[in-house]
Amino acid sequence: MSAVGIIFSNIHDRNISELTRVRTMASIPYGCRYRLIDFALSNMVNAGIGTINVITHYNYQSLMDHIGSGKDWDMARRSGGIKILPPYISAFANNQNELYHTRLEALKSINHFIQGMAEDYVVMADCDVICNIDLQDLINDHVESGADITFAVQKKVLSKEAARRNTIMTVDEAGRITDIKSKPNTFEGEADMCLNIFVCTRRYLQQMVLDAIAHDYKSMTKDILMRTLRQCNYRAYRFEGYSAEISSIEEYFTHSMELISDKEKYDSLFNVEERPVFTKVRNSPPTYYSETSDVKNSLIADGCIIDGTVENCILFRGVKVGKGAVVKNSVLFQDTFVGDNVSLNCVVSDKNVVIHEGVTLSGAPTLPFYLEKRKMI
Amino acid sequence: MYRKKECIAMLLAGGQGSRLYALTEKTAKPAVPFGGKYRIIDFPMSNCVNSGIDTVGVLTQYQPLVLNEYIGNGEPWDLDRTRGGVMVLPPYQGKSSSDWYRGTANAIYQNINFIERYSPEYTLILSGDHIYKMDYSKMLKEHKQNGADCTIAVLKVPMAEASRFGILNTNEDGSIYEFEEKPKNPKSNNASMGIYIFNTKTLIEYLKADEADESSSNDFGKNIIPAMLGDGKKMYAYLFDGYWKDVGTIESLWEANMDLLGRTPAFNLYDKRWRIFYRNNAEPPHKIGAAGKVVNSMITEGCIVNGEVVNSVLSNSVMVEEGAFVKDCVILGNVTVKKGAHVEYAIIDHDCVIEEGAKVGASRAEGNKIAVLGAGNKVAAGSVIEPGAMCEAQK
Repeated sequence: MSAVGIIFSNIHDRNISELTRVRTMASIPYGCRYRLIDFALSNMVNAGIGTINVITHYNYQSLMDHIGSGKDWDMARRSGGIKILPPYISAFANNQNELYHTRLEALKSINHFIQGMAEDYVVMADCDVICNIDLQDLINDHVESGADITFAVQKKVLSKEAARRNTIMTVDEAGRITDIKSKPNTFEGEADMCLNIFVCTRRYLQQMVLDAIAHDYKSMTKDILMRTLRQCNYRAYRFEGYSAEISSIEEYFTHSMELISDKEKYDSLFNVEERPVFTKVRNSPPTYYSETSDVKNSLIADGCIIDGTVENCILFRGVKVGKGAVVKNSVLFQDTFVGDNVSLNCVVSDKNVVIHEGVTLSGAPTLPFYLEKRKMI
Repeated sequence: MYRKKECIAMLLAGGQGSRLYALTEKTAKPAVPFGGKYRIIDFPMSNCVNSGIDTVGVLTQYQPLVLNEYIGNGEPWDLDRTRGGVMVLPPYQGKSSSDWYRGTANAIYQNINFIERYSPEYTLILSGDHIYKMDYSKMLKEHKQNGADCTIAVLKVPMAEASRFGILNTNEDGSIYEFEEKPKNPKSNNASMGIYIFNTKTLIEYLKADEADESSSNDFGKNIIPAMLGDGKKMYAYLFDGYWKDVGTIESLWEANMDLLGRTPAFNLYDKRWRIFYRNNAEPPHKIGAAGKVVNSMITEGCIVNGEVVNSVLSNSVMVEEGAFVKDCVILGNVTVKKGAHVEYAIIDHDCVIEEGAKVGASRAEGNKIAVLGAGNKVAAGSVIEPGAMCEAQK
C-alpha cells in the first residue's frame, strides 16, 4: 500500500491576515522554531509517505525558503520527495488566468498532475490545524471501512465564532457522516469539527476532479460532499490527541500560550513516541542566559541572547532581550531585538522587529498587540 | 567525477583521546560533544567549508562508529557533493599488506590515492582535536605569496608553557629555520597548531621517502617536518591570533566549554559570518519552568529546566527538576537531574540519571577536582560521587 500527500498551503490565509500579509498560512511561525506546515509535513513523513505535493498560489517565497530541498524532513529524494506546485498560468487556459479560491479549484488546477499519480491512497491536509496525528492509522481505518473518503474529526465544544470558521460534521453511531455544515452562522456547543485532514483512494480523487471539471463545480464541500452524502460513504475518524485551529490572531496567541501553560497539550504535540516534528535547521548556537537574566515559564529556541526578564513567553530563534527589559506573555518571532529597559506585555512581534530602548508596549490577553515584519520602534 | 581541486583537506580524526578517559571509551575524540550542540570535529569541518574547501578526507581509526554516523554523507556541512565532498577514510586491507595507521604521516601515506584523484596543488593537513575558528584561505594565500613548500600555522603561547608544544623558530620574514619538539629551553613561543599546508607534489615525495625509512615513526612533527627543514625546503610559519584550544584533557575540555559563556565570551559562537555547522536531531525548543532559574549558562533544544542552573553548558534534552542545583557543569545529552540533586563542577556524559537528593562533585572554589560520569551512569538517590571521581561509561 502506498500513499501520496497533498498539502494546501494557502486555503485559510484570509482568517489571519496580519500574519499572512508576507507569507502563506503554511509558513506562519509557531512554537519557537516551527512553521505551521511542519505539522502536516511531519505527520506525513512519520506515516512513511514519500511523496508530498504542496499546492500554493501566492506569497510563497517564505514557504519555498523554508522547505528548500526537503532535506530537513528527510525528503530530498530522487524519486518522490517534496514538490511545490505554484499556480500554473497557461496562455491557452480559459483566458482568465485566475487564481483558484477553493480547495476544489486548487485540485482542478493540478488535474494533469493528479491524473499522473500512481500511489494507491491520497492524504490531504491544510495547514491551519495543528496536531500530531498518526496518519498511518487514519489510512488503515479508511482501508478497513471501505469508505469513499475518511475525514479526521475531533469532538470539541465550539463557540459561535469558532463554529463560523469551521466545518462541522454530524456522525452516526457507525461512524458515517450524515450531515455537513460548512461555516454555520448560528451553531454553538459540542460537535465533531473537521480537522481538514482526509484520505481517499487515488482513483476516487482522480474521478472527483474530472467530474468537477466537467460540471464546473467550485466547492468540494457544497458541490460534491453535501450533494452526494446519501449515495457515498463518507466516514469520520475521531482523533483523540490535541489539536488547535489557528483561524485568527487571537487564536494564534491563545494556542501559542497553551504550549507553556498546558504540559499535556505540549506533550501531545511535541513528545509523541516515534513521531517527532521536523523543521528547517538553522544551525543556531545554543541560547545564552547572562548574569542579569531572569527567565520563568517560557519556551525558548536556540540562538537567543537574554540579558533581561522573560516570563510566560515564546521566543523564536535569535531573539535578543536587553538588560533591564521586561517581556511578559509575548510571542517574539525570529531575530526580534528587544533593547534595554523595554517593557512588553501581550505582544506578538513578527520577524526582524527592532524595539529600541525604553519603549513600553502592551496588548490584552484577548487582543495581542501585533508588530509587523521589520517594524522599528 | 574527480574534478581537479586547488586545495583539499585531510582531517586526522583517528585520535583516541585517552586523557579524556570515560568520555572516549566508546567514542573517538573528534566526536566528543562540545558546547551544547556541537562535536569537536564540527570546528575544523566548518572552518573548511567557510574557507571554501569542499573536499575533505576524514581519517578515522579508533572507535569510529559514532564518528562515521555523525559525518554521514556530510550534509550538515554542505559536503554532500557530487564532485568532492566529505569522504571517511578508514585503514584498509591492500593486496600485499594491511595495516593500521601507524602515525599521522603514515595515515596520509596510505591515502595518497585519494589525494591524487583530485590532483590538488595544495594539501591541507588538519587534526580533529581542537576548538578554533580559522580562515584557511588566508593561510593558503600566504603560502602562495611566499612560494613556500610548506606552511605551518603557529600560535603565540605563554613562554612558560612553550615547552609543552612543538616550537617553530623563525626568521624575520616568517621562514622557519628550526623545529623543536617540546624543547626544555624554548627559543621562541611559536607553537605549532598541527595545521599544515603542503605543495602536494612535495608532500607525496616526502611521505614516500618517510615510508621507506624503517626507523621513522611516521609522524609529521617528528619526521616529515624535520626532514624537509634538513633539505632546505622553503617553510614558513603562518601566525594565527585567535582563540585556539586543545581539548585533550578533562580540564581543558571543561575550560573550553566555559569559554563560551559570558556576555563577551572568549570564544564566540554567535558570529553569523563564521557559522559552525552541526548535525541536528530535530528536538523541540527548550523550556524554563516556573521554578527554573538560569544564570550565565547555555541551554539548548529539548531541555526542561525547573531547577537552578549556574555557569553551565547543557546539551540537548537535559532535564533539571525542581529543587535541583547545577553549577559549573558540562552536561551532555539526555541527562536527568532529579529533584533536590546537587551537581557541581562536573562533566556528565550522555544518558546519565542523577536520582533525587544525590550529590555529584563539589565546589570548584574550594580547590576540588572535576567529577566525570561516563555515559549511562545512574547515581542512586541520596548517594555521593566525590569530586575528581571518574566513573566508567555504562553504555
